[in-house]
Formats: sequence, C-alpha cells, structure tokens
Amino acid sequence: MSALQKIEMLLEVKNLKTSFHTRNGIVRAVNDVSFAIAHGETLGIVGESGSGKSVTCYSLMGLVPQPPGRIEGGTAIFAGKTDLLNCSPKELNAIRGRRMAMIFQDPMTSLNPFMRIEDQIVEPLLIHGLASRAEAVRQAVQMLEHVGVPDAAKRIRSYPHEFSGGMRQRVMIAMALITKPDLLIADEPTTALDVTVQAQILELIKRLQAETGMAVIWITHDLGVVAGFCRRVQVMYAGRIVETAPTEKLFANTRHPYTRALQKSIPALQPKGTELYTIPGMPPDLSRPTGGCAFAPRCEIARPECSAKLPELLEVGLQHCSRCPFT
Amino acid sequence: MLRLITKRLFETIPVLFIVATLTFFMMKRAPGGPFDSEKQTTPEIRAQIEAQYGLDKPVWQQYLDYLGHLAQGDLGPSFKYAGWSVNELLWSAFPVSLELGLYALAFALTFGLIAGIIAALRKNTWGDYVPMSFATFGICLPTFVTGPLLLLVFASWLTWFNASGWEQPRDRVLPAITLGLYYTAYVARLTRGGMLEILSQDFIRTARAKGASEWRVVWRHSLRGGLLSVVSFIGPAISGLVTGSLVVESIYQIPGLGKFFVMAGFNRDYTMVMGTVLFYAVLIIVMNLLVDIVQVWLNPKLRFE
Repeated sequence: MSALQKIEMLLEVKNLKTSFHTRNGIVRAVNDVSFAIAHGETLGIVGESGSGKSVTCYSLMGLVPQPPGRIEGGTAIFAGKTDLLNCSPKELNAIRGRRMAMIFQDPMTSLNPFMRIEDQIVEPLLIHGLASRAEAVRQAVQMLEHVGVPDAAKRIRSYPHEFSGGMRQRVMIAMALITKPDLLIADEPTTALDVTVQAQILELIKRLQAETGMAVIWITHDLGVVAGFCRRVQVMYAGRIVETAPTEKLFANTRHPYTRALQKSIPALQPKGTELYTIPGMPPDLSRPTGGCAFAPRCEIARPECSAKLPELLEVGLQHCSRCPFT
Repeated sequence: MLRLITKRLFETIPVLFIVATLTFFMMKRAPGGPFDSEKQTTPEIRAQIEAQYGLDKPVWQQYLDYLGHLAQGDLGPSFKYAGWSVNELLWSAFPVSLELGLYALAFALTFGLIAGIIAALRKNTWGDYVPMSFATFGICLPTFVTGPLLLLVFASWLTWFNASGWEQPRDRVLPAITLGLYYTAYVARLTRGGMLEILSQDFIRTARAKGASEWRVVWRHSLRGGLLSVVSFIGPAISGLVTGSLVVESIYQIPGLGKFFVMAGFNRDYTMVMGTVLFYAVLIIVMNLLVDIVQVWLNPKLRFE
C-alpha cells in the first residue's frame, strides 16, 4: 500500500479552511482539512449535519456561495496541476462538469424544473465542447438507458416533475457521468430517497465506478453505507477530520471516541430490545471555537486537558490517524 | 391550449355584462347630467336635447337600449362631442396612445430587465444599491413631477427635444420615458426579486457544478423562472400603458386616449364613460389571458393542469 502513495494522487487537499461570515460571527465550517484521493479510489466522508463534510466538497467544486462563504486558505491540487482553490474561474470551469462531477442530496430540487431532461443532460457535453448537439443527445439517451431509465429515447423529452425521486437521481447520475469524469463527488445522494431506491442507486454507482474506473468521494452520515462501499473513510466533526482509516480498520479498531459513539448509534449493530444509543449533548457552535477538542463536552472519556489544547491528528496505525491521544 | 383560450374568451361575455351593468347604474346614480354645464337653456330646449339622446325614457329602458346597441358593437353617440360617436373618438385617439404605450413598454422592459438582472447578480453591492435606489425614485415620483423635470432639462436647457407636440419621431422620446419610468422601476424590482429567488435554488448550483459560465447560468437556467412575476405584472401594465395618461398627454400635448377616461366622468358624458370603461375591461381581460398563455409557456409544470 505504501507504494500506492508514491503514485500521483488525483486530488490532494491541504489545509483547507472555509468559513462563513454571518451576523453571529465567523463560522469555521471547515478547519484545516487535508486528505488525498487516488485514481479509482473510493473515499467516504462521514459526519453529522454541520460537521463540514459537504462544505469541504463544495469548496473543491467552487460552489460555496461567496459571500457569506470564504475560502480562507489551503490548496487542492487536481491531477497534479490545477489548484482548484486558487485558479481562475475559467480554469475551474474547465474541470468541473468535465473531469470532476457532483451529484446532490435532493434530486427533487437539483434539476431545473424549467428545462427538459434532454437539455440538462447534454449540457456538460456542450459546455465543454465534447460533442455536437446530435451526438450529445445520442449519448444522453444511451447514458439514461445505462442508469436504468426505461424508454429513455422518449422520456428524455420530459420535464423533471414528470419523474419520480429515484428516476430523477438516476438522471442526475447520468448527467454527472456523461463526460466520464475522473472524480465523482456524491453528496448524500440517497438521503432523500426511500430505502429500496437507496439500495438501487448505491448499486448503480458501484457498477458505474467499476466500469469507468473513476474515483468517488461519498459524503454521508450513514456509517452503514460507508461499510459496504468505501475503501477508506474519514470522519469529520466540527469542521475537522477526527479519524481516518481504511474502512475495515476503522470498524475493527475504532480509535476516536466520536467514531465509537457514531458506531454505537447504528441501530442494526445493537442487540434487539436495547434502547437506541444517542450521543449526549449538541454539536458545538462553530462560531465560538473552544481552543480544545471540539468533542470534549460530549466525550465519555474526556479529561480536563482535552478542552485546553487541540489534539493533533496522529498516526495510530498503518494509514490510520486519530485526533485523540487517550485511545 | 386552444380549448383553454376559447373557454376563457366565452367567459369574458358575462364579465363584460356585469361591468357594463354596474357602470351604467353607478353612472346614473351620480348627481348631475351631461348638459348641466350648458348655457342657461329653456326647459323646452333641454327637454328636446334629452329626448334626442333618449334621456327622457325610464332608466331601465335606457339600459336595455344601451345593451342592444352594445351587442352590435355600437357604443353610442358622445354627449359632449356633438356629431361624434364614441367608437369614432376612441379609434381616433387609440393609435396614438398605443404607439406611446408600446414605446414606454419597450423602454420599461429594456432598462427594467437589465437593471434587475445586474442588481440580482451584484446583490448587496453598489451594482445593486445604485439601480435599486433609482427604482425606488421611479416608483415614488409621479408623472406630473418627472414630466416637467424632463421637459426642463432636455427641452428647455439642452434643447434636444421639442417641448410638446406629436409630429416627429423624436417627439416620442420624452413622453415615453415619462410614462415608462414607473414601469421601468417596477420591472427592475420584480426582476431582481425573481432572479434572486431562482439564483438561490439548488438547480443553479447543479448548473455551476456542470461548469456553466455565469452567462449561461443567467440566460439558460434562471431567466425563465425569474421572469414569471414580471410577466404577471406586465400584462395588466400594458392595459394601463396603451390607454394613455391624462397627465402625460397634457404635459406634452398629445392627442391620446387618456383625456377621455378622465374628462368623460367630469362631463357626465354617459356613453363615453361606458365606452372607456368597457374598452379598458376588454384590454385587461385580453392581457390577462395573454399572461396566462405566456406563463404556461414559461412554466412547464402548468402545462398539465
């Protein structure tokens, strides 16, 4: 595995800091996040709402609304060349939608209700000049069939409101993958769907990944999804990475108290009849940094020094890092 | 679609009937009559004039007579302009008001849309504050303020335009601006609001994620949805624009429709009051129908309802 790290990474993020300047102060949504993803790899980013997992990816895609958002610092080198955080809008537009695509949480609102499905799916090909209109439409129909939209040649003329949620997410996937990107960022793409459809979409992305060899960043709050899908996981809390490890190691040898608490909250892993575990307390207010470990107030093994000094993200095993010195 | 249009056109008949009836009786209830301002007349002469216009008959008879003529498209003779029918008067003045109204509309749409879109894209910066402050002025300032001001600056001081008249093409400029300023301001505000709402939607984020340029985001993804409220406003606004404005017509000496709307009431010119009210009602109905058609065209979700 160490040989792999010598290979050029598809995306290398270093010290990413994103904050939102609001009336109530500066919310540090993403604080000093570094990670890398190799070609064809699957990385899961796990955390609760407000942990910064989505903002991390929006920052990379240049989708953080500015203002109030602001990228305070860091670099994100894509394919060894372009720094996504500091390049010109033109350079960024040449990458997003072409080499790096994204699918979103809510397929109901993420498709333009005023445009035909056809016009939306062919758009990435046309924007990046990859095909003529006719060729783009042909590819779009093919892609729709490929993601399992029945009667695609006809349905491509429909509007989004004529599709169910699951079908719309398939459209979103077809739209993201039509340019055969190197990296797909999936921002909780199954959250808004019902459980059977969730499983279908998950399988679909898995299959497409195997076919195209693209890398996938999977943002989720569901450790169960991660277990079945991702090779590597990083857990975020309050804008920072608290633990990162290959998936099987994370589950077999969980180190950070927050990851342990998350794991205990998975209903399926608990014996039947016991009361469902919930993490006590509330996520911290990110506009008031404590200076110490953000999880300390909710941590079962917290010590006085936890609130005084921010623990480092330290290597605790091969490719396994944790931001807790006491586990 | 065709069924919808025919259905709506048939619905206009009862609406016009109700408008005609209400207007007729309200007008008759108003004190005074069309010939009160004439010089002292003998009762005999007065009775003769009234007989000539059918005013001696009972009110319900007058009402039925009027409806009968109306059904044939005849709005009757004007009480004020002897020898002229209301139809003739309206048709002689309408082209002028229509022309002026369309110029004002073109002015309002061009500058209103541009200002609104820029303001939305530059939200909470000077590119937003400056056009929106102008828009607030445009909405607040009445035409009897802006008209003389424009005259003073552009006709008296700069002498770029004639102070009044309706002969040369450039005589249209100042009246069109005066009439259109309020609508420009309103369109700008509505455009800004509509565009801001659309630009904050998830699907705009999707478009950006595809690598769409800012230009494409605005034109292909936002404009349709962002202009829905402008379209709703502009329909009835057109009715108002093309039926003229007494103030603008008086300031610039334009032979338009606006004066009939106001003066008919003062003169108790019964048939002219009826004519202008019905004319305006028909315009409003037609414009609203057009708005509905455009809305359906803009918003595919409406097509199946």
